[in-house]
Amino acid sequence: MSEMLRVENLKTYFDTRKGLVKAVDGISFSINKGEILGIVGESGAGKSITGFSLINLIDSPGEIVDGSILFNDRELTQLSEDELSKIRGGDISMIFQDPQMSLNPVITIGKQLIETVTYHNSETSKQDAHKKAVEMLELVGMPAPEKRMASYPHQLSGGMKQRVVIAMALINSPKLLIADEPTTALDVTIQAQILFLMKKLTKEFGSSLVLITHDIAVVAQMCDKIAVMYAGRIVEYGSNKDILYNPKHPYTKGLIQCLPKLNEEKKRLYQIPGVMPSLLHLPEGCYFSDRCPFADEECKVYPETITLEGRLVSCHKVKQIS
Amino acid sequence: MKFFENEIVSEFFEDKLAVAGVFIFIFFMFCALFPAVLSPQNPYDLEQLFLENSFKAPFGEFLLGSDEQGRDILSAIMYGLRISLYVGIASTILSVLIGLIAGLISGYFGGIVDTIIMRIADIQLSFPAILVALIIMALWGQGVTKIVIAITIVNWVYYARTARGVVLSEKEKDYAQSAKALGMNSVSIMFKEILPNIMAPIIVIATVRIANAIILEATLSFLGLGVPITEPSLGSLISNGYQVLFSGYWWGSVFPGIVLMLLVISINLIGDRLRDVMNPRLKR
Repeated sequence: MSEMLRVENLKTYFDTRKGLVKAVDGISFSINKGEILGIVGESGAGKSITGFSLINLIDSPGEIVDGSILFNDRELTQLSEDELSKIRGGDISMIFQDPQMSLNPVITIGKQLIETVTYHNSETSKQDAHKKAVEMLELVGMPAPEKRMASYPHQLSGGMKQRVVIAMALINSPKLLIADEPTTALDVTIQAQILFLMKKLTKEFGSSLVLITHDIAVVAQMCDKIAVMYAGRIVEYGSNKDILYNPKHPYTKGLIQCLPKLNEEKKRLYQIPGVMPSLLHLPEGCYFSDRCPFADEECKVYPETITLEGRLVSCHKVKQIS
Repeated sequence: MKFFENEIVSEFFEDKLAVAGVFIFIFFMFCALFPAVLSPQNPYDLEQLFLENSFKAPFGEFLLGSDEQGRDILSAIMYGLRISLYVGIASTILSVLIGLIAGLISGYFGGIVDTIIMRIADIQLSFPAILVALIIMALWGQGVTKIVIAITIVNWVYYARTARGVVLSEKEKDYAQSAKALGMNSVSIMFKEILPNIMAPIIVIATVRIANAIILEATLSFLGLGVPITEPSLGSLISNGYQVLFSGYWWGSVFPGIVLMLLVISINLIGDRLRDVMNPRLKR
């Protein structure tokens, strides 16, 4: 399989009044064509900023300070705003967290879909764009798509809105889709439908998908590869099976332990003690050390990333733990 | 009818006062558009004026009386309405256009552009509107087009400030961000995505400020700095009648005054109702 996206040592920093926030601090990963990569982590781990960085949509005071994003042999960090806006919504598109918010409330969904098509393909006629929009709505499972074209976002339910958002993201057949917690705002039954739909469509379109989520169960169902993020860095990165069935990093272990299991009776679910440190006051050495049950003197130095049993992991204690 | 199926439109007409306002306004609009059809005489055709008809009391031969040249006040009011409404509406459209663009740019880009536009607005707002208009008219002299421009210069500030305020909150919303993620450039996001979202408050303010512009024009004309004597508006009619008001010929000032008042009230009634139906927070 050919490599579509390669991110190397990406650093996105926010120079705030309180100090430098290293929201994304030197992460590397790659995605092949048609592959689904899951980025998991707690709130504030830098997942969303990673997603926004991929299309360089970082608002001031944030800035990509270092690293490279190689997309189909093009260096995205070097592109001008004009060139970037051609790629956004064309080759790379993004789905936002809250479908209620990401559609324009005063424009019909049909018009918004058509706009997305004609904006990137100026030679497409209104009729063709309309036809494509209806087809797309049908593809995402919108009942009576022709009729729905004239609907305003507030006339649709949350799940339907997210379907529209997905249709909008996929309408220009992007090569890469970034989904930032696409199902967080939806209830569980709709969540499953939407995820299934996204998986099906990305396979159909041959698109790659970066799925950003805090829900490790979602990742387990969907992804080929998993990157676990903690405080702006990737702590473990490898294939779905390796990470889920044989986690090496104590943080990944903790995350998986948090999940309820059907075959075990428990009064209380496991919880990783403590909270993620503020990015302004990171602990010395390994960022996870103050919550890690295995931490000792050795962890006062940030661990090297090592290759172990087919995955990358950053921890001093991996050998001892396994 | 499709028009009445619209939620906002049908809700608008639930209020009796607003309906009354609409009817009065439509009536005045009709008078202003077709004065030649409705008025008993053409008050500016000197061949139709006879001096023996001067200062005739109302409700006789002339329904609303006549002035010193034997001009029918009713006819003069109809022709005057035309000028007043033209000035009010034209200046409002112009100032909405300028204010919207200035507000959009100011709110969307922020920074130095925002500072420059808003400080100009602040400086202008620190003077009374009438004073600014007076200075402009004193410099330029009389004329209908000139007064339209003068009122536009006074009024664009209000739209710019309102538009900027709404843009500031709208541009942070996800739909603007996702438009960016879909590859739209700033101009498209500003005009295609954000503009439709800020129209509600602008429409409401514009309606109320039409009345304001009409009053401002009447004031300027009353002071003799507005429209030229050959194209009298309601304001200049009032001014004209005022000269003989204390000689007992009260009708020359009072009737144009009443019409001006009714016009302003009808517009304000429409504006108030629009504000209620277009603001979802006031809905039950």
